[in-house]
Amino acid sequence: MEGLLPDLDVIRKDFPILERVLAGGQPLVYLDSANTSQKPQVVIDTMVDHLERHNANIARAMHQLGAESTEAYEGARDKVATFLNAPSRNEIVFTKNATEALNLLARTIDLGPGDNVVITEMEHHSNIVSWQLACERSGAELRWFGLTDDGRLDLSNADQLVDEHTKVLAFTWVSNMLGTINPVTDLVARAKAVGALSVIDASQAAPQLTVDVQAVGCDFLVFTGHKVCGPTGIGVLWGREELLNELPPFHGGGEMIETVTMARSTYAKAPHRFEAGTPPIVEAVGLGCAVDYLGHIGLDAIHRHELAITAYALEGLQSVPGVTILGPLDAAERGGAISFELDGVHPHDIAQVLDSRGVAVRAGHHCAKPAHARFGVQSTTRMSSYLYTTPAEIDALVEGLHHTRSYFKVG
Amino acid sequence: MSAELDNLYQEIILDHYKNPHHKGLRDPFESEVHHVNPTCGDEVTLRVHLADGVVEDVSYDSVGCSISQASASVMADLVIGKPVDEAMSIHQTFLELMQGKGNVEPDEDVLEDGIAFAGVAKFPARVKCALLSWMAWKDATTQAQTEGVSS
Repeated sequence: MEGLLPDLDVIRKDFPILERVLAGGQPLVYLDSANTSQKPQVVIDTMVDHLERHNANIARAMHQLGAESTEAYEGARDKVATFLNAPSRNEIVFTKNATEALNLLARTIDLGPGDNVVITEMEHHSNIVSWQLACERSGAELRWFGLTDDGRLDLSNADQLVDEHTKVLAFTWVSNMLGTINPVTDLVARAKAVGALSVIDASQAAPQLTVDVQAVGCDFLVFTGHKVCGPTGIGVLWGREELLNELPPFHGGGEMIETVTMARSTYAKAPHRFEAGTPPIVEAVGLGCAVDYLGHIGLDAIHRHELAITAYALEGLQSVPGVTILGPLDAAERGGAISFELDGVHPHDIAQVLDSRGVAVRAGHHCAKPAHARFGVQSTTRMSSYLYTTPAEIDALVEGLHHTRSYFKVG
Repeated sequence: MSAELDNLYQEIILDHYKNPHHKGLRDPFESEVHHVNPTCGDEVTLRVHLADGVVEDVSYDSVGCSISQASASVMADLVIGKPVDEAMSIHQTFLELMQGKGNVEPDEDVLEDGIAFAGVAKFPARVKCALLSWMAWKDATTQAQTEGVSS
């Protein structure tokens, strides 16, 4: 198959969990990478090595281990800056996850009555609820782009939605439910034209597309570590340095200050301004290793692999009677997460039968209830591939769906 | 095919799923509740009609998986026509079965078709599916009783 990673067998050996055998002797077929990706041995080893040999608090400890730990943590910041092609390492803020990064922005960007925030109907709940809360607090108005029947953003009323009162335009690069790849540069240009801040949720994009913040031209961008082969507990907020330094602090505490008296404090500049308290050190170190690993394989090669697997999966899924795919049917216009319905069988039941055959998928609303409601469905089954996914695993899914139909006596 | 899976999807469950009993919202009713399973989005709207301490009717409208739909059907079968106290006791017995991690022997005299859910207890992710309508019924019944006292 054209486009697959040339060393797929070797890459699979990097991920020890792919050797797992599940109940009933079923080999693992992991098709839930949009939920969380698996971790290569090098990330696991790097984190273990840090804990075994270099563990100390960062920036506060005046001893050798403290210096080593600080170097590893700040080294991870450099690696993430390279991964995003950020102009400055000071623009990389470590957070707990993408959700916290979005909440940081929604809490600190100044909004008031008369302002509006524009989001889209295909957002993950984290990029909806955080702005709902911000608008409730501030009196700003929340607006959103609707979706077309084929799962794209409906831009027909864009000029009415994004106007001179728009303060923030926040949107996902790649939908976690529909897979749709959004026209990010066009949206950023719309924000810029009215003087609004652009915020991109790259949680699903960062694993599979080259993310170059300078080329995109956005103001802020967030992603999470655990979907890019890194650990959980670590996310990233990237922002233009001058904008980050204009925002008020988010959490108060140690390491985010310049000086503290009982009456008042002054605050450090970004990134430390937003990293109050002891951060997730070993998680950051693991993330640094993970983005290095992806960079070594090459995001272009990973994207080609995802395209090939996604096209094969779209074809395979459509060969199953009763399957309806939500979102674009052209692999070139979408990411590697494919949500679908199977006539007569509920997604939970599909996932349960697939699980008994070792095939791991997600069933439910995927934290995108409004997007599901838009298409009149309560929940879907979602398969999602990654750089270690093989065509044979897609075959196992398709066979599993045929089996599911016969198990529930459909058709 | 895995025996565990067949244990989960008993014929009784699939029958209730395909042909649910007592489904649809009806009058009269003293209370109506709407419960959701936030992790998966399963939903049930459920009404309870009590008269003279007896569960006269339970009617519901729901969307969800086979386990949650079959469970609502079996629950309605079990509690309709029973004195509230006895229905609450059946609820408790079903709850204990579901929380028993597969180690509780179900009592067919009390649970009737409900014993088919014994296999669900071994699938922690599905226990909430099985309990959704039962929790909604208890909530609605408690509300109906409270209103009965105050009015």
